[in-house]
Amino acid sequence: MSTITKVTPLKPITVNVDAYLGLNKYEVDEGNPHIELVEHPDARAFGELVRACPAGLYKLDADGSQHVDFAGCLECGTCRIVAGGGIVASWRYPAATMGVEYRYG
Amino acid sequence: MADFDAIVVGSGCAGPVAAYELASAGHSVLVVERGNFCGAKNVSGGRLYTHSLAKVFPDFRTDAPLERRVVRERISMLAPDAGVSVEYADERMREPAVESYTVLRARFDPWLASKAEEAGAQYINGIAVEQLLKDGSRVTGVQAGGDEITADVVVLCDGVNSLLADQAVGAPRPSRSAVAVGIKQVIQLPQQVISDRFACADDEGAAWLFMGDATHGRAGGGFCYTNKDTISLGLVVTVDDIVRADVPVYQMLEDFKHHPVVAPVIAGGTVVEHSGHLVAEGGLDSMPPLVGDGVLLAGESAMMCLNLGYTVRGMDLAIAAGAEAGRAAAVALASGDTSAAGLAGYERALGDSFVLRDLHTLRAFPGFMETTPRMFQVYPELARDVMRQMFLVDGTPLVPLRKAVWPVVKRPGLVNLGKDIWKGVRAL
Repeated sequence: MSTITKVTPLKPITVNVDAYLGLNKYEVDEGNPHIELVEHPDARAFGELVRACPAGLYKLDADGSQHVDFAGCLECGTCRIVAGGGIVASWRYPAATMGVEYRYG
Repeated sequence: MADFDAIVVGSGCAGPVAAYELASAGHSVLVVERGNFCGAKNVSGGRLYTHSLAKVFPDFRTDAPLERRVVRERISMLAPDAGVSVEYADERMREPAVESYTVLRARFDPWLASKAEEAGAQYINGIAVEQLLKDGSRVTGVQAGGDEITADVVVLCDGVNSLLADQAVGAPRPSRSAVAVGIKQVIQLPQQVISDRFACADDEGAAWLFMGDATHGRAGGGFCYTNKDTISLGLVVTVDDIVRADVPVYQMLEDFKHHPVVAPVIAGGTVVEHSGHLVAEGGLDSMPPLVGDGVLLAGESAMMCLNLGYTVRGMDLAIAAGAEAGRAAAVALASGDTSAAGLAGYERALGDSFVLRDLHTLRAFPGFMETTPRMFQVYPELARDVMRQMFLVDGTPLVPLRKAVWPVVKRPGLVNLGKDIWKGVRAL
């Protein structure tokens, strides 16, 4: 276990990560998300995904409400590791030919 | 009779080299790659140490899509408002035996795959392997795109986020402390500007690693690699630690880009891609079994990665492991025994090679990084404050340097400092 155990409250977010995702090339599989969460995600576990996902797919509103959008997924699997079988109910790779297509990598 | 002698899952660094060795030995090989082209799903920092590539493809310099040869190493400890760096340049970095190059995987991986294809391997792109076919404990093929395809041996090279390693050899999903999240942006700048900013020739460049404020004091670090007309800039943070951070990892990257040491280097650049990838960081103790009945694991699907903070290596391990896996599978196929016992030559060969020997040597290092938060939280600011005593001149009468520096060095506690140095030296 890490010796750095304290969870620090989130500071305000100043960057628009969605604008960065907009630079990437995707084939979005509309209506067929490859990641599924459990029905009512625990707030603490959701907060971990907010911090760890490099695409910012997991977001919290000012009032604390949870938002997810898997269209910009980078397919790294970080949320699968963070959740460890907890609030991520299912994690697959996108269907054939779908998802992110890196032009640089 | 199986459809193929061998199926290779994934065409990153390990997969095509395994396929090349198998095809060169005269075996029928199918490579299944989920990207629409090889490299489409792949990300690395990325610098490739070429020693293992040179063993398989001695002429790689003539046609491999390499970005710049690395001739300058820099490591910086970042405080929020300062940086203390060590720079190393050496004529020996141009010697073929120790050369390293920056690479972009969407360009490099198609080239590596073409070597396997030229040797006779068949490719299917754009379809992921959903699951392995098994007969009892024995892997007998793959199910991809709903089709079942059989083979006498399957080489699993599907990367660090392998959804198949569990089915293949019973490897559980990696723990949070065994992997790190990598985030990277590719930033475009004119080739000449990059050469000027890093004081390099147009085909040569720098590798630059950061610790401390780059990750807001969390376990991990930052990286910066010069490509031809882009810079790869990013962070790697242990998953177990990013989940407790004060900002999401993408905000951390944005803050890193605005750090006074980093900002001038990327000034005027245009972000052209934003990527993310897991990095295997758990070392030897996080590795799954490398061999099962009818199956071999190579590359990051077997957690083959060495991150020492001053060097980061994965691709050279994957290429070496892919070569050994391909050769061992070819020998097993020729002898008609692709059980775990028949494939055991792979583990022996890797055990004799730098791959497992280096992972053994550095076995204690992941634990050291994880249990020494002072490395990321205290020492970068300590280094800054020592430098302040040495370099800032405001006309105040000087006190002897040893007296000025002593309170700074004493701050974390001399016992702690001594322990950390001792632990670090032992882990390396």
